[in-house]
Amino acid sequence: MEKIVLPEIKDFHLIDVYLANGGFNAARKAFGQSPDDIIDQVKKSGLRGRGGAAFSAGLKWSFMPKTTPKEKYLCVNGDESEPGSFKDRQIFEFNPHQLIEGIIITCYAIGAKTCYIYIRGEYHKWIKLMEKALADAYEQGFVGERMKEKFGTSFYCDIYVHKGAGAYICGEESSLMNSIEGKRGYPRVKPPFPAQFGLWGCPTTVNNVETIANVPPIISKGWDWFAKIGEPKHPGTILFGISGHVNKPGVYELPSGTLLTDLIYNYAGGIPGNKKVLCVIPGGSSMPPLRGDQLEGVKMDAESLKAAGSAIGTGGVMVMDEDTDLVKVLARIAKFYYHESCGQCTPCREGTGWMLKILNRILRGEGSTNDLDLLISVANNIEGNTICALGEAAAWPVKFMVERFRDYFEERVKKEVKLSVANKVHSMRTTEFPLSEISN
Amino acid sequence: MEFKFTQENLDKVNEAIKRYPDKLAAIMPTLWIAQEQNGWISNEVMQEIAKILEINPEDVLGVVTFYTMYHQKPMGKYHLQVCTNVSCMLRGAYDIYESVKKNLGIDNMQVTLDHKFSLEEVECMGSCGTAPMIAINEDFYENISLEKVNKIIDDIKKSA
Repeated sequence: MEKIVLPEIKDFHLIDVYLANGGFNAARKAFGQSPDDIIDQVKKSGLRGRGGAAFSAGLKWSFMPKTTPKEKYLCVNGDESEPGSFKDRQIFEFNPHQLIEGIIITCYAIGAKTCYIYIRGEYHKWIKLMEKALADAYEQGFVGERMKEKFGTSFYCDIYVHKGAGAYICGEESSLMNSIEGKRGYPRVKPPFPAQFGLWGCPTTVNNVETIANVPPIISKGWDWFAKIGEPKHPGTILFGISGHVNKPGVYELPSGTLLTDLIYNYAGGIPGNKKVLCVIPGGSSMPPLRGDQLEGVKMDAESLKAAGSAIGTGGVMVMDEDTDLVKVLARIAKFYYHESCGQCTPCREGTGWMLKILNRILRGEGSTNDLDLLISVANNIEGNTICALGEAAAWPVKFMVERFRDYFEERVKKEVKLSVANKVHSMRTTEFPLSEISN
Repeated sequence: MEFKFTQENLDKVNEAIKRYPDKLAAIMPTLWIAQEQNGWISNEVMQEIAKILEINPEDVLGVVTFYTMYHQKPMGKYHLQVCTNVSCMLRGAYDIYESVKKNLGIDNMQVTLDHKFSLEEVECMGSCGTAPMIAINEDFYENISLEKVNKIIDDIKKSA
Protein backbone atom coordinates (compact mmCIF):
# COMPACT_ATOMS: atom_id res chain seq x y z
CA MET A 1 0.00 0.00 0.00
CA GLU A 2 1.31 3.39 -1.00
CA LYS A 3 1.86 5.94 1.72
CA ILE A 4 1.04 9.50 0.78
CA VAL A 5 1.65 11.51 3.92
CA LEU A 6 4.23 9.39 5.72
CA PRO A 7 6.29 7.65 3.02
CA GLU A 8 8.78 5.10 4.26
CA ILE A 9 11.89 6.84 2.98
CA LYS A 10 14.89 7.17 5.27
CA ASP A 11 15.64 10.72 6.47
CA PHE A 12 12.72 12.12 4.49
CA HIS A 13 12.53 15.00 6.98
CA LEU A 14 15.82 16.40 5.61
CA ILE A 15 15.39 18.89 2.81
CA ASP A 16 18.07 17.28 0.63
CA VAL A 17 16.39 13.87 0.80
CA TYR A 18 13.03 15.50 0.16
CA LEU A 19 14.42 17.28 -2.90
CA ALA A 20 16.07 14.11 -4.20
CA ASN A 21 12.64 12.46 -4.11
CA GLY A 22 10.97 15.09 -6.24
CA GLY A 23 10.34 17.60 -3.48
CA PHE A 24 8.87 20.99 -4.43
CA ASN A 25 8.10 19.76 -7.96
CA ALA A 26 4.39 19.95 -7.13
CA ALA A 27 4.82 23.62 -6.19
CA ARG A 28 6.67 24.23 -9.45
CA LYS A 29 3.83 22.57 -11.34
CA ALA A 30 1.25 24.57 -9.40
CA PHE A 31 2.86 27.92 -10.25
CA GLY A 32 2.41 27.05 -13.94
CA GLN A 33 -1.35 26.96 -13.44
CA SER A 34 -3.89 29.49 -12.28
CA PRO A 35 -5.01 29.52 -8.62
CA ASP A 36 -8.54 28.62 -9.72
CA ASP A 37 -7.19 25.54 -11.48
CA ILE A 38 -5.52 24.42 -8.26
CA ILE A 39 -8.69 24.89 -6.25
CA ASP A 40 -10.61 23.03 -8.93
CA GLN A 41 -8.21 20.08 -8.83
CA VAL A 42 -8.33 19.82 -5.05
CA LYS A 43 -12.12 20.02 -5.21
CA LYS A 44 -12.28 17.23 -7.80
CA SER A 45 -9.82 15.09 -5.84
CA GLY A 46 -12.41 14.90 -3.07
CA LEU A 47 -9.88 15.77 -0.37
CA ARG A 48 -11.75 16.25 2.88
CA GLY A 49 -10.48 17.94 6.02
CA ARG A 50 -8.65 15.69 8.44
CA GLY A 51 -9.24 17.82 11.52
CA GLY A 52 -12.62 16.42 12.51
CA ALA A 53 -15.41 17.87 10.42
CA ALA A 54 -14.27 16.20 7.14
CA PHE A 55 -15.30 19.24 5.09
CA SER A 56 -14.23 19.43 1.45
CA ALA A 57 -10.88 21.26 1.36
CA GLY A 58 -11.29 22.61 -2.16
CA LEU A 59 -14.74 23.93 -1.39
CA LYS A 60 -13.40 25.69 1.72
CA TRP A 61 -10.72 27.37 -0.36
CA SER A 62 -13.26 28.50 -2.92
CA PHE A 63 -15.05 30.51 -0.20
CA MET A 64 -12.10 32.91 -0.11
CA PRO A 65 -13.02 36.17 -1.87
CA LYS A 66 -11.24 36.57 -5.19
CA THR A 67 -10.90 40.33 -5.01
CA THR A 68 -10.40 42.08 -1.71
CA PRO A 69 -8.32 45.05 -0.66
CA LYS A 70 -7.40 43.18 2.54
CA GLU A 71 -4.57 40.76 3.22
CA LYS A 72 -5.44 37.06 3.12
CA TYR A 73 -4.18 34.49 5.58
CA LEU A 74 -3.74 30.76 5.87
CA CYS A 75 -3.70 29.06 9.27
CA VAL A 76 -2.53 25.50 9.57
CA ASN A 77 -4.04 23.83 12.57
CA GLY A 78 -1.55 21.66 14.42
CA ASP A 79 -3.09 22.16 17.85
CA GLU A 80 -3.88 18.44 17.99
CA SER A 81 -5.28 18.38 21.51
CA GLU A 82 -8.04 15.86 20.98
CA PRO A 83 -7.40 12.98 23.38
CA GLY A 84 -6.51 9.92 21.32
CA SER A 85 -5.12 11.97 18.46
CA PHE A 86 -1.38 12.03 17.82
CA LYS A 87 -0.94 12.06 14.06
CA ASP A 88 0.19 15.61 13.24
CA ARG A 89 3.37 15.23 15.26
CA GLN A 90 4.38 12.42 12.90
CA ILE A 91 4.17 14.89 10.02
CA PHE A 92 6.21 17.53 11.89
CA GLU A 93 8.81 14.90 12.66
CA PHE A 94 8.98 12.77 9.53
CA ASN A 95 7.63 14.86 6.67
CA PRO A 96 7.77 18.60 7.45
CA HIS A 97 8.76 19.66 3.93
CA GLN A 98 5.70 18.14 2.32
CA LEU A 99 3.68 20.22 4.77
CA ILE A 100 5.68 23.32 3.78
CA GLU A 101 5.16 22.56 0.10
CA GLY A 102 1.45 22.04 0.72
CA ILE A 103 1.31 25.41 2.46
CA ILE A 104 3.01 27.15 -0.46
CA ILE A 105 0.54 25.63 -2.93
CA THR A 106 -2.43 26.44 -0.71
CA CYS A 107 -1.26 30.03 -0.18
CA TYR A 108 -0.92 30.40 -3.96
CA ALA A 109 -4.39 28.94 -4.54
CA ILE A 110 -6.17 31.19 -2.05
CA GLY A 111 -3.91 34.19 -2.55
CA ALA A 112 -2.49 34.35 0.97
CA LYS A 113 0.90 35.92 1.62
CA THR A 114 1.24 34.81 5.22
CA CYS A 115 0.70 31.45 6.88
CA TYR A 116 0.76 30.62 10.57
CA ILE A 117 1.30 27.04 11.65
CA TYR A 118 -0.34 26.78 15.06
CA ILE A 119 1.35 24.04 17.07
CA ARG A 120 0.31 23.11 20.60
CA GLY A 121 2.68 24.33 23.31
CA GLU A 122 3.34 20.87 24.70
CA TYR A 123 5.01 19.86 21.44
CA HIS A 124 8.31 21.67 22.26
CA LYS A 125 10.33 19.05 20.41
CA TRP A 126 8.13 19.07 17.32
CA ILE A 127 8.01 22.86 17.21
CA LYS A 128 11.80 22.86 17.10
CA LEU A 129 11.80 20.24 14.35
CA MET A 130 9.28 22.22 12.33
CA GLU A 131 11.21 25.47 12.84
CA LYS A 132 14.40 23.74 11.72
CA ALA A 133 12.68 22.47 8.56
CA LEU A 134 11.29 25.95 7.91
CA ALA A 135 14.72 27.52 8.36
CA ASP A 136 16.18 25.04 5.85
CA ALA A 137 13.42 25.79 3.35
CA TYR A 138 13.96 29.54 3.80
CA GLU A 139 17.70 29.12 3.38
CA GLN A 140 17.29 27.30 0.07
CA GLY A 141 14.79 29.88 -1.11
CA PHE A 142 11.65 27.73 -1.21
CA VAL A 143 9.83 30.05 1.19
CA GLY A 144 9.88 33.83 1.50
CA GLU A 145 10.74 36.49 -1.00
CA ARG A 146 13.42 34.41 -2.68
CA MET A 147 10.67 32.08 -3.92
CA LYS A 148 10.28 34.48 -6.81
CA GLU A 149 13.62 33.60 -8.35
CA LYS A 150 13.53 29.96 -7.23
CA PHE A 151 10.21 29.26 -8.93
CA GLY A 152 10.31 32.07 -11.47
CA THR A 153 6.98 33.51 -10.37
CA SER A 154 5.69 36.78 -9.00
CA PHE A 155 4.14 35.03 -5.99
CA TYR A 156 5.74 34.58 -2.60
CA CYS A 157 4.61 33.79 0.94
CA ASP A 158 5.98 33.70 4.47
CA ILE A 159 5.40 30.90 6.96
CA TYR A 160 5.63 31.28 10.74
CA VAL A 161 5.18 28.86 13.60
CA HIS A 162 2.88 30.05 16.37
CA LYS A 163 3.30 28.16 19.64
CA GLY A 164 0.16 27.49 21.66
CA ALA A 165 0.16 27.26 25.43
CA GLY A 166 -2.01 24.36 26.47
CA ALA A 167 -5.59 25.15 25.56
CA TYR A 168 -7.65 22.42 23.87
CA ILE A 169 -10.18 24.96 22.67
CA CYS A 170 -7.57 26.59 20.41
CA GLY A 171 -8.02 23.69 18.01
CA GLU A 172 -11.37 25.28 17.14
CA GLU A 173 -10.71 27.48 14.13
CA SER A 174 -12.07 30.79 15.39
CA SER A 175 -10.50 30.27 18.81
CA LEU A 176 -7.23 29.49 17.05
CA MET A 177 -7.42 32.81 15.22
CA ASN A 178 -8.08 34.70 18.45
CA SER A 179 -5.10 32.94 19.96
CA ILE A 180 -2.84 33.99 17.08
CA GLU A 181 -4.11 37.56 17.48
CA GLY A 182 -2.81 37.44 21.06
CA LYS A 183 -6.15 37.16 22.80
CA ARG A 184 -7.77 34.60 25.05
CA GLY A 185 -8.77 31.63 22.95
CA TYR A 186 -12.49 32.30 22.88
CA PRO A 187 -14.36 30.91 19.87
CA ARG A 188 -16.18 33.51 17.78
CA VAL A 189 -19.79 33.50 16.74
CA LYS A 190 -20.27 32.28 13.17
CA PRO A 191 -21.21 33.79 10.75
CA PRO A 192 -19.17 35.68 9.71
CA PHE A 193 -17.05 32.71 8.69
CA PRO A 194 -13.23 32.92 8.59
CA ALA A 195 -13.24 33.22 4.79
CA GLN A 196 -14.98 36.58 5.21
CA PHE A 197 -13.78 37.75 8.61
CA GLY A 198 -10.81 35.81 9.95
CA LEU A 199 -7.44 36.86 11.33
CA TRP A 200 -7.49 40.60 12.04
CA GLY A 201 -10.77 40.78 10.15
CA CYS A 202 -9.19 39.56 6.93
CA PRO A 203 -10.21 36.57 4.79
CA THR A 204 -8.64 33.47 6.33
CA THR A 205 -8.61 29.75 5.65
CA VAL A 206 -7.92 27.27 8.44
CA ASN A 207 -6.87 23.73 7.50
CA ASN A 208 -5.54 20.79 9.43
CA VAL A 209 -1.87 19.80 9.09
CA GLU A 210 -2.71 16.43 7.53
CA THR A 211 -5.08 18.03 5.00
CA ILE A 212 -2.37 20.40 3.78
CA ALA A 213 0.23 17.62 3.66
CA ASN A 214 -2.05 15.80 1.18
CA VAL A 215 -2.02 18.70 -1.29
CA PRO A 216 1.40 18.28 -3.04
CA PRO A 217 0.76 14.65 -4.15
CA ILE A 218 -2.67 15.66 -5.48
CA ILE A 219 -1.07 18.35 -7.64
CA SER A 220 1.88 16.26 -8.82
CA LYS A 221 0.07 12.96 -9.41
CA GLY A 222 -3.30 14.34 -10.41
CA TRP A 223 -6.69 14.56 -8.73
CA ASP A 224 -7.99 11.45 -10.50
CA TRP A 225 -5.20 9.36 -8.96
CA PHE A 226 -6.10 10.62 -5.48
CA ALA A 227 -9.84 10.20 -5.96
CA LYS A 228 -9.36 6.47 -6.63
CA ILE A 229 -7.74 5.72 -3.26
CA GLY A 230 -10.00 4.24 -0.60
CA GLU A 231 -13.67 5.13 -0.31
CA PRO A 232 -14.91 7.33 -3.19
CA LYS A 233 -16.80 9.67 -0.86
CA HIS A 234 -13.82 10.26 1.42
CA PRO A 235 -10.80 9.42 -0.72
CA GLY A 236 -7.14 9.25 0.19
CA THR A 237 -5.26 7.74 3.06
CA ILE A 238 -5.97 8.65 6.66
CA LEU A 239 -3.50 8.66 9.53
CA PHE A 240 -5.17 6.46 12.11
CA GLY A 241 -3.77 6.79 15.60
CA ILE A 242 -4.73 3.75 17.60
CA SER A 243 -4.25 3.67 21.36
CA GLY A 244 -5.50 2.03 24.53
CA HIS A 245 -5.78 -1.73 24.90
CA VAL A 246 -4.04 -2.94 21.76
CA ASN A 247 -0.74 -4.78 21.34
CA LYS A 248 0.82 -2.36 18.87
CA PRO A 249 -0.54 1.15 19.40
CA GLY A 250 0.69 3.84 17.02
CA VAL A 251 -0.06 5.78 13.85
CA TYR A 252 -0.98 3.78 10.75
CA GLU A 253 -1.47 5.40 7.37
CA LEU A 254 -4.17 3.37 5.60
CA PRO A 255 -6.65 3.99 2.82
CA SER A 256 -9.96 5.42 3.99
CA GLY A 257 -12.58 2.75 4.36
CA THR A 258 -10.23 0.30 6.08
CA LEU A 259 -12.25 -1.99 8.32
CA LEU A 260 -12.14 -1.01 11.98
CA THR A 261 -11.67 -4.65 12.97
CA ASP A 262 -8.80 -4.90 10.47
CA LEU A 263 -7.18 -1.88 12.09
CA ILE A 264 -7.55 -3.28 15.59
CA TYR A 265 -6.72 -6.94 14.98
CA ASN A 266 -4.29 -6.88 12.05
CA TYR A 267 -2.42 -3.61 12.16
CA ALA A 268 -2.52 -2.95 15.89
CA GLY A 269 -1.97 -6.60 16.72
CA GLY A 270 -5.20 -7.30 18.60
CA ILE A 271 -6.05 -6.96 22.27
CA PRO A 272 -3.53 -7.98 24.96
CA GLY A 273 -4.46 -11.32 26.50
CA ASN A 274 -6.94 -11.93 23.65
CA LYS A 275 -9.64 -10.19 25.64
CA LYS A 276 -12.89 -9.02 24.10
CA VAL A 277 -13.45 -5.41 23.08
CA LEU A 278 -15.95 -3.59 25.28
CA CYS A 279 -15.92 -0.17 23.66
CA VAL A 280 -14.18 1.68 20.85
CA ILE A 281 -14.09 5.44 20.33
CA PRO A 282 -13.26 5.75 16.63
CA GLY A 283 -12.30 9.38 16.21
CA GLY A 284 -10.88 10.95 19.35
CA SER A 285 -12.62 11.31 22.69
CA SER A 286 -15.36 13.68 21.55
CA MET A 287 -16.88 11.27 19.06
CA PRO A 288 -19.70 8.86 19.97
CA PRO A 289 -18.33 5.53 21.24
CA LEU A 290 -19.23 2.19 19.64
CA ARG A 291 -20.04 -1.03 21.49
CA GLY A 292 -17.70 -3.97 21.06
CA ASP A 293 -20.47 -5.91 19.30
CA GLN A 294 -21.11 -3.05 16.85
CA LEU A 295 -17.70 -3.19 15.21
CA GLU A 296 -18.18 -5.89 12.57
CA GLY A 297 -18.11 -4.42 9.08
CA VAL A 298 -17.61 -0.82 10.20
CA LYS A 299 -15.41 1.03 7.73
CA MET A 300 -13.16 3.90 8.74
CA ASP A 301 -14.30 6.85 6.65
CA ALA A 302 -16.61 9.78 7.31
CA GLU A 303 -19.74 8.42 5.60
CA SER A 304 -19.48 4.82 6.85
CA LEU A 305 -18.84 5.89 10.43
CA LYS A 306 -21.75 8.30 10.28
CA ALA A 307 -23.95 5.42 9.20
CA ALA A 308 -22.59 3.33 12.07
CA GLY A 309 -23.55 6.06 14.54
CA SER A 310 -20.25 7.76 15.14
CA ALA A 311 -17.84 10.06 13.29
CA ILE A 312 -14.34 9.94 11.86
CA GLY A 313 -13.11 12.92 13.90
CA THR A 314 -9.35 13.02 13.89
CA GLY A 315 -9.00 9.27 13.32
CA GLY A 316 -7.81 8.68 16.87
CA VAL A 317 -9.08 5.21 17.72
CA MET A 318 -9.27 4.36 21.42
CA VAL A 319 -9.81 0.71 22.25
CA MET A 320 -11.07 -0.53 25.62
CA ASP A 321 -11.09 -4.19 26.59
CA GLU A 322 -13.77 -6.03 28.57
CA ASP A 323 -12.19 -5.30 31.95
CA THR A 324 -12.33 -1.54 31.50
CA ASP A 325 -14.33 0.50 33.99
CA LEU A 326 -16.45 2.55 31.59
CA VAL A 327 -17.80 4.82 34.31
CA LYS A 328 -14.26 5.77 35.17
CA VAL A 329 -13.44 6.36 31.51
CA LEU A 330 -16.51 8.52 30.99
CA ALA A 331 -15.82 10.47 34.19
CA ARG A 332 -12.28 11.11 32.93
CA ILE A 333 -13.59 12.30 29.57
CA ALA A 334 -16.09 14.55 31.34
CA LYS A 335 -13.30 15.93 33.52
CA PHE A 336 -11.34 16.80 30.40
CA TYR A 337 -14.16 18.85 28.89
CA TYR A 338 -14.91 20.47 32.23
CA HIS A 339 -11.28 21.55 32.36
CA GLU A 340 -11.14 22.70 28.74
CA SER A 341 -14.47 24.53 28.44
CA CYS A 342 -13.51 28.15 27.80
CA GLY A 343 -16.42 29.41 29.88
CA GLN A 344 -18.06 31.65 27.33
CA CYS A 345 -21.37 29.81 26.96
CA THR A 346 -23.36 28.91 30.05
CA PRO A 347 -24.64 25.49 28.88
CA CYS A 348 -21.11 24.24 28.31
CA ARG A 349 -19.45 25.95 31.28
CA GLU A 350 -22.06 24.73 33.78
CA GLY A 351 -23.13 21.54 32.04
CA THR A 352 -19.66 20.02 31.82
CA GLY A 353 -19.27 20.55 35.56
CA TRP A 354 -22.61 18.93 36.32
CA MET A 355 -21.89 15.93 34.13
CA LEU A 356 -18.59 15.44 35.96
CA LYS A 357 -20.28 15.73 39.37
CA ILE A 358 -22.96 13.21 38.44
CA LEU A 359 -20.42 10.77 37.02
CA ASN A 360 -18.27 11.08 40.11
CA ARG A 361 -21.37 10.34 42.19
CA ILE A 362 -21.98 7.18 40.18
CA LEU A 363 -18.30 6.30 40.56
CA ARG A 364 -18.64 6.59 44.36
CA GLY A 365 -21.53 4.10 44.21
CA GLU A 366 -24.11 6.75 45.11
CA GLY A 367 -25.75 7.04 41.73
CA SER A 368 -29.31 6.14 40.80
CA THR A 369 -31.04 5.30 37.54
CA ASN A 370 -32.32 8.87 37.51
CA ASP A 371 -28.75 10.07 37.25
CA LEU A 372 -28.42 8.32 33.91
CA ASP A 373 -31.39 10.21 32.54
CA LEU A 374 -30.13 13.40 34.13
CA LEU A 375 -26.80 12.93 32.35
CA ILE A 376 -28.54 12.59 29.00
CA SER A 377 -30.74 15.56 29.81
CA VAL A 378 -27.76 17.75 30.66
CA ALA A 379 -25.93 16.57 27.53
CA ASN A 380 -28.97 17.37 25.38
CA ASN A 381 -29.11 20.83 26.86
CA ILE A 382 -25.48 21.51 25.97
CA GLU A 383 -25.60 20.11 22.45
CA GLY A 384 -26.44 22.76 19.88
CA ASN A 385 -26.65 25.54 22.45
CA THR A 386 -23.08 26.75 22.33
CA ILE A 387 -20.98 28.99 20.08
CA CYS A 388 -18.50 26.31 19.13
CA ALA A 389 -18.43 22.55 18.78
CA LEU A 390 -16.89 21.94 22.19
CA GLY A 391 -20.47 21.71 23.41
CA GLU A 392 -21.11 18.73 21.16
CA ALA A 393 -17.68 17.32 21.93
CA ALA A 394 -18.55 17.31 25.64
CA ALA A 395 -22.13 16.11 25.19
CA TRP A 396 -21.71 13.29 22.67
CA PRO A 397 -19.45 10.93 24.60
CA VAL A 398 -21.67 11.23 27.68
CA LYS A 399 -24.96 10.93 25.84
CA PHE A 400 -23.96 8.08 23.55
CA MET A 401 -21.95 6.18 26.13
CA VAL A 402 -24.90 6.15 28.53
CA GLU A 403 -27.39 5.34 25.79
CA ARG A 404 -25.36 2.58 24.17
CA PHE A 405 -24.13 1.04 27.42
CA ARG A 406 -27.35 1.54 29.35
CA ASP A 407 -27.25 -2.02 30.72
CA TYR A 408 -23.66 -1.54 31.86
CA PHE A 409 -24.41 1.76 33.58
CA GLU A 410 -27.64 0.50 35.17
CA GLU A 411 -25.68 -2.26 36.87
CA ARG A 412 -23.52 0.40 38.44
CA VAL A 413 -26.32 2.52 39.92
CA LYS A 414 -29.03 1.93 42.47
CA LYS A 415 -32.59 1.40 41.36
CA GLU A 416 -33.96 3.27 44.34
CA VAL A 417 -34.53 6.96 43.79
CA LYS A 418 -33.75 9.39 46.56
CA LEU A 419 -33.89 12.73 44.86
CA SER A 420 -35.69 15.96 45.48
CA VAL A 421 -38.88 16.66 43.56
CA ALA A 422 -37.19 19.03 41.18
CA ASN A 423 -34.80 16.39 39.98
CA LYS A 424 -37.55 13.81 39.64
CA VAL A 425 -39.55 16.07 37.39
CA HIS A 426 -36.40 16.94 35.47
CA SER A 427 -35.64 13.30 34.84
CA MET A 428 -39.15 12.68 33.48
CA ARG A 429 -38.12 14.36 30.29
CA THR A 430 -36.51 11.22 29.07
CA THR A 431 -38.10 8.38 31.04
CA GLU A 432 -41.55 7.33 32.05
CA PHE A 433 -42.07 8.17 35.67
CA PRO A 434 -45.59 8.18 37.11
CA LEU A 435 -46.34 11.48 38.81
CA SER A 436 -48.01 9.65 41.69
CA GLU A 437 -44.63 8.33 42.79
CA ILE A 438 -43.43 11.80 43.59
CA SER A 439 -44.30 12.00 47.24
CA ASN A 440 -41.98 14.33 49.08
CA MET B 1 11.20 41.53 41.95
CA GLU B 2 12.05 43.69 38.99
CA PHE B 3 12.07 42.01 35.62
CA LYS B 4 14.02 43.02 32.52
CA PHE B 5 14.60 41.00 29.38
CA THR B 6 18.20 40.15 28.61
CA GLN B 7 19.45 41.79 25.42
CA GLU B 8 19.45 38.43 23.66
CA ASN B 9 15.84 37.78 24.62
CA LEU B 10 14.85 41.32 23.75
CA ASP B 11 16.10 40.67 20.24
CA LYS B 12 13.98 37.53 20.15
CA VAL B 13 10.94 39.54 21.24
CA ASN B 14 11.54 42.09 18.50
CA GLU B 15 11.88 39.23 16.04
CA ALA B 16 8.50 37.86 17.20
CA ILE B 17 6.82 41.27 16.86
CA LYS B 18 7.83 41.38 13.20
CA ARG B 19 5.86 38.23 12.44
CA TYR B 20 2.48 39.81 13.10
CA PRO B 21 0.71 42.88 11.73
CA ASP B 22 0.07 44.20 15.25
CA LYS B 23 1.98 44.11 18.50
CA LEU B 24 -0.78 42.53 20.58
CA ALA B 25 -0.32 39.28 18.66
CA ALA B 26 3.22 38.95 19.96
CA ILE B 27 1.95 38.35 23.52
CA MET B 28 2.15 34.57 23.38
CA PRO B 29 5.67 34.27 21.96
CA THR B 30 6.84 37.03 24.31
CA LEU B 31 5.37 35.24 27.31
CA TRP B 32 7.18 32.07 26.26
CA ILE B 33 10.47 33.94 26.07
CA ALA B 34 9.79 35.52 29.46
CA GLN B 35 8.90 32.20 31.05
CA GLU B 36 12.10 30.68 29.73
CA GLN B 37 14.12 33.48 31.31
CA ASN B 38 12.20 33.95 34.56
CA GLY B 39 10.73 30.49 35.14
CA TRP B 40 7.26 31.90 35.74
CA ILE B 41 5.08 34.85 34.87
CA SER B 42 5.07 37.33 37.73
CA ASN B 43 3.23 40.66 37.88
CA GLU B 44 6.46 42.43 37.04
CA VAL B 45 6.90 40.26 33.95
CA MET B 46 3.41 41.15 32.79
CA GLN B 47 4.05 44.86 33.39
CA GLU B 48 7.27 44.71 31.41
CA ILE B 49 5.64 42.85 28.52
CA ALA B 50 2.78 45.35 28.45
CA LYS B 51 5.32 48.17 28.29
CA ILE B 52 7.31 46.61 25.46
CA LEU B 53 4.26 45.69 23.39
CA GLU B 54 2.49 48.97 24.22
CA ILE B 55 -0.66 47.25 25.45
CA ASN B 56 -2.59 47.12 28.72
CA PRO B 57 -1.23 44.86 31.47
CA GLU B 58 -4.79 43.48 31.73
CA ASP B 59 -4.51 42.07 28.22
CA VAL B 60 -1.40 40.20 29.27
CA LEU B 61 -3.07 38.97 32.46
CA GLY B 62 -6.04 37.74 30.45
CA VAL B 63 -3.81 35.64 28.25
CA VAL B 64 -1.67 34.31 31.11
CA THR B 65 -4.70 33.12 33.06
CA PHE B 66 -6.36 31.52 30.03
CA TYR B 67 -3.53 29.27 28.93
CA THR B 68 -2.48 26.55 31.35
CA MET B 69 1.15 26.39 30.32
CA TYR B 70 2.07 29.83 31.59
CA HIS B 71 3.03 29.35 35.23
CA GLN B 72 1.52 31.87 37.57
CA LYS B 73 3.80 30.86 40.42
CA PRO B 74 7.38 29.59 40.61
CA MET B 75 7.60 25.92 39.68
CA GLY B 76 10.29 23.39 40.50
CA LYS B 77 13.48 23.11 38.51
CA TYR B 78 12.03 19.88 37.16
CA HIS B 79 8.36 20.30 36.34
CA LEU B 80 6.80 16.84 36.10
CA GLN B 81 3.66 16.55 34.01
CA VAL B 82 1.78 13.27 34.21
CA CYS B 83 -0.89 12.67 31.59
CA THR B 84 -3.92 10.88 33.01
CA ASN B 85 -6.25 11.22 30.05
CA VAL B 86 -8.06 8.17 28.67
CA SER B 87 -5.39 6.57 26.48
CA CYS B 88 -2.79 6.88 29.24
CA MET B 89 -5.29 5.95 31.95
CA LEU B 90 -6.12 2.70 30.12
CA ARG B 91 -2.44 1.82 30.34
CA GLY B 92 -1.95 2.60 34.01
CA ALA B 93 -1.37 6.36 34.19
CA TYR B 94 -3.15 6.76 37.53
CA ASP B 95 -0.84 4.22 39.18
CA ILE B 96 2.08 6.25 37.87
CA TYR B 97 0.53 9.53 39.02
CA GLU B 98 -0.08 8.18 42.53
CA SER B 99 3.41 6.73 42.66
CA VAL B 100 4.99 10.03 41.60
CA LYS B 101 2.94 11.88 44.20
CA LYS B 102 4.15 9.48 46.89
CA ASN B 103 7.75 9.57 45.72
CA LEU B 104 7.86 13.38 45.74
CA GLY B 105 5.51 13.92 48.67
CA ILE B 106 3.57 16.61 46.82
CA ASP B 107 0.15 16.92 45.24
CA ASN B 108 -1.07 18.42 41.98
CA MET B 109 0.41 21.89 41.27
CA GLN B 110 2.65 21.77 44.34
CA VAL B 111 6.39 22.31 44.60
CA THR B 112 8.83 20.38 46.78
CA LEU B 113 10.45 22.33 49.62
CA ASP B 114 13.84 22.34 47.89
CA HIS B 115 12.18 23.78 44.74
CA LYS B 116 13.61 20.92 42.73
CA PHE B 117 10.36 19.27 41.69
CA SER B 118 6.85 20.33 40.90
CA LEU B 119 3.99 18.15 39.77
CA GLU B 120 1.08 18.69 37.44
CA GLU B 121 -1.65 16.33 36.30
CA VAL B 122 -2.03 17.27 32.65
CA GLU B 123 -4.54 16.58 29.91
CA CYS B 124 -3.72 14.64 26.75
CA MET B 125 -0.20 15.48 25.54
CA GLY B 126 -0.52 13.70 22.20
CA SER B 127 1.44 10.62 23.23
CA CYS B 128 -1.48 8.21 23.16
CA GLY B 129 0.36 5.71 20.98
CA THR B 130 3.25 5.58 23.41
CA ALA B 131 1.21 5.71 26.61
CA PRO B 132 1.66 6.04 29.49
CA MET B 133 3.86 9.09 29.45
CA ILE B 134 5.24 11.85 31.61
CA ALA B 135 6.94 15.05 30.55
CA ILE B 136 9.73 16.67 32.52
CA ASN B 137 10.00 20.31 31.53
CA GLU B 138 10.07 20.10 27.73
CA ASP B 139 11.03 16.46 27.31
CA PHE B 140 8.63 13.58 26.82
CA TYR B 141 9.28 10.23 28.49
CA GLU B 142 7.09 7.73 26.69
CA ASN B 143 6.16 4.09 27.18
CA ILE B 144 7.09 4.37 30.83
CA SER B 145 6.36 2.02 33.72
CA LEU B 146 6.27 2.42 37.49
CA GLU B 147 9.90 1.28 37.77
CA LYS B 148 11.08 3.56 34.99
CA VAL B 149 9.36 6.66 36.32
CA ASN B 150 10.70 6.15 39.82
CA LYS B 151 14.18 5.54 38.45
CA ILE B 152 13.99 8.77 36.45
CA ILE B 153 12.94 10.70 39.55
CA ASP B 154 15.54 9.05 41.77
CA ASP B 155 18.27 9.81 39.22
CA ILE B 156 17.29 13.47 39.22
CA LYS B 157 17.21 13.48 43.03
CA LYS B 158 20.79 12.19 43.10
CA SER B 159 22.00 14.75 40.58
CA ALA B 160 22.91 18.25 41.68
